[in-house]
Amino acid sequence: MSLQVENLTVYYQTLRGDVQALEKATFAVADGEIMGLAGESGCGKSTLANSLIRLVPPMRLVAGQVRLDGELLPLDDAKRMSEYRFTKISVIPQYAMNALNPTRKIGKIIAELLQSKGVDFATILPELKRRLDLVELSHDVLGMYPIELSGGMKQRAVMVLSVLLNPSLLIADEITSALDVSTQKAVAEMLVGFRDREFVRSLIVITHDISILYQMADSILIMYAGQLAEKASTDVIIRAPRHPYTRLLIASLPKVGVRYAERRLSGIPGRPPLLLDPPAGCRFRDRCSMAFEKCMEVPPFVEIEAGHFVACWKEFGADADA
Amino acid sequence: MLTLDRVSKVYRVGTFGGRALVAVSDVSFDVRDGEVMSLIGESGSGKSTIGRMILRLIPATSGRIVFNDVDISTLKGSALKEYYRRVQGVFQDPFSSYNPIFKADRTFRILRDEFFPDTPAAEWQDRMESTLRAVGLNPGQVLGKFPHQLSGGQLQRFLIARALLLDVQFLVADEIISMLDASTRVDVLNLLADLKSRGLSILFITHDLSLGYYISERAVILYRGCIMEMGATERIFGTPLHPYTQMLIASAPRLDKKWEEVEIELRGEQLENVAGCVYYNRCPQTMRDAACRTQKPTLVAVESEHWVACRRYARE
Repeated sequence: MSLQVENLTVYYQTLRGDVQALEKATFAVADGEIMGLAGESGCGKSTLANSLIRLVPPMRLVAGQVRLDGELLPLDDAKRMSEYRFTKISVIPQYAMNALNPTRKIGKIIAELLQSKGVDFATILPELKRRLDLVELSHDVLGMYPIELSGGMKQRAVMVLSVLLNPSLLIADEITSALDVSTQKAVAEMLVGFRDREFVRSLIVITHDISILYQMADSILIMYAGQLAEKASTDVIIRAPRHPYTRLLIASLPKVGVRYAERRLSGIPGRPPLLLDPPAGCRFRDRCSMAFEKCMEVPPFVEIEAGHFVACWKEFGADADA
Repeated sequence: MLTLDRVSKVYRVGTFGGRALVAVSDVSFDVRDGEVMSLIGESGSGKSTIGRMILRLIPATSGRIVFNDVDISTLKGSALKEYYRRVQGVFQDPFSSYNPIFKADRTFRILRDEFFPDTPAAEWQDRMESTLRAVGLNPGQVLGKFPHQLSGGQLQRFLIARALLLDVQFLVADEIISMLDASTRVDVLNLLADLKSRGLSILFITHDLSLGYYISERAVILYRGCIMEMGATERIFGTPLHPYTQMLIASAPRLDKKWEEVEIELRGEQLENVAGCVYYNRCPQTMRDAACRTQKPTLVAVESEHWVACRRYARE
């Protein structure tokens, strides 16, 4: 097991109280697994990623622990976490285009970053060049300023930079959202290539676009309003989802080949609850057509088949009514 | 209803405006009554520029945009105001269309002061409420709220309602879905499709092929300001002829099929002005020849309701 998250609960501290952004998340990412993390805006997917990288105020670790390759991560100790950051656990940020210092050349940025981790730039240079070839960037970019590169090129430069020290876990946060479809495809395939070449052991890909995940992810974790809803292999999530939210979400996606005139899709009525004072129990309750009394309690995230986890009382069938 | 006749837009760029950037070049198409036309293209394809020219937010460099037999560049004063009664736009980011320090329904009040100063308050209130209901909002829930108290989907519907209050005949919808969450996206899309049955024509600008396919009867595929392919939606998606359209359709992520093996040329993204086909640099070797580099292809009809701008089809 590469990554094991247990009972992770993270709140944001505000003047009006805690925003309960991530509630009792328990899941694992296996070696070599590409896990997609999907959900609507505000469902806690970026909070989950940020707490694995840099958990600083206003974020507050309420409970839970995270193990990477069996080692317990000191999540709430920002100083000690820097030993793991970039070397063991790395991130491609959402706005990779803005992640580069505009006053430094790309090569200089990389050299400084490596120096801070005690790695010699010259020894890693041949490998760096090999990886630039892999993402179809010319070696000249090392001598260029970020402003001289296009958005897609900067994105690829940051991708190479993020995996330079072969981290165990790479988190890609919405990296394809701002790109054109053709670049999007190339970037997604490069990420899969990173895993296949073992630059990274496992990957968490965060996006709101489930169709991208269908193309590249091994498994998908669906979140709703800070709670985990369902995790299963990609095919199961797309073809045979069990959680009512996943079902409605998948059914509402327009597909090439579906016309308004022939088949009218429908959205999910209502909107997610505010997380400042979320309702007790299952947070999807108010929008769920199948909700019953039991949903006033938080449903457990249980494995119903091998590798298929669902948090819904309906899965308990008759037992739940008893 | 609306016709674009060889419309071009050239921006002056560079420190002293020394270089010319052709954003839209010789684009001609028409939108019929009660029809949804999709304008599909990647970033930098000029799709939003076309929308802005139709709304007269920017002038066209050359060519004519004709709305109900009138060239819109000649409109002035009350005629222009009359034009805005008929033609309205809704844009990508609903939050930036509102002033955050005023309540969201201020946009309706401005509309009334500007266009309907003679309408009695009670009648205006009735019209406002019925229009809000028509776009699927509950007036009691949304009136008197500040923009941050409403969701993106609600604000976007608010803007559509605002356009409907003026008896619009033509709506420019510029990426109005892309900022919305998956669960509310489809509802706004369905709303647009329902409006079409009321005789409204919509220019639906998008980069998302599946959305364009879902809603429109006809589509235009743009690349760097030029029309690559145009025609009935099912013809374009069923038998894409232009190499660019084929690449787009193959690389769009889908839920029913895994990605096909298509070569994506990342290096050919240089933006210099070429004499021949704008897609030449990215076109696969097997599909292009030397003449593509020097000769600009023209749009030719390959079958009824299907035009393509590629020399491979012009030869036959």
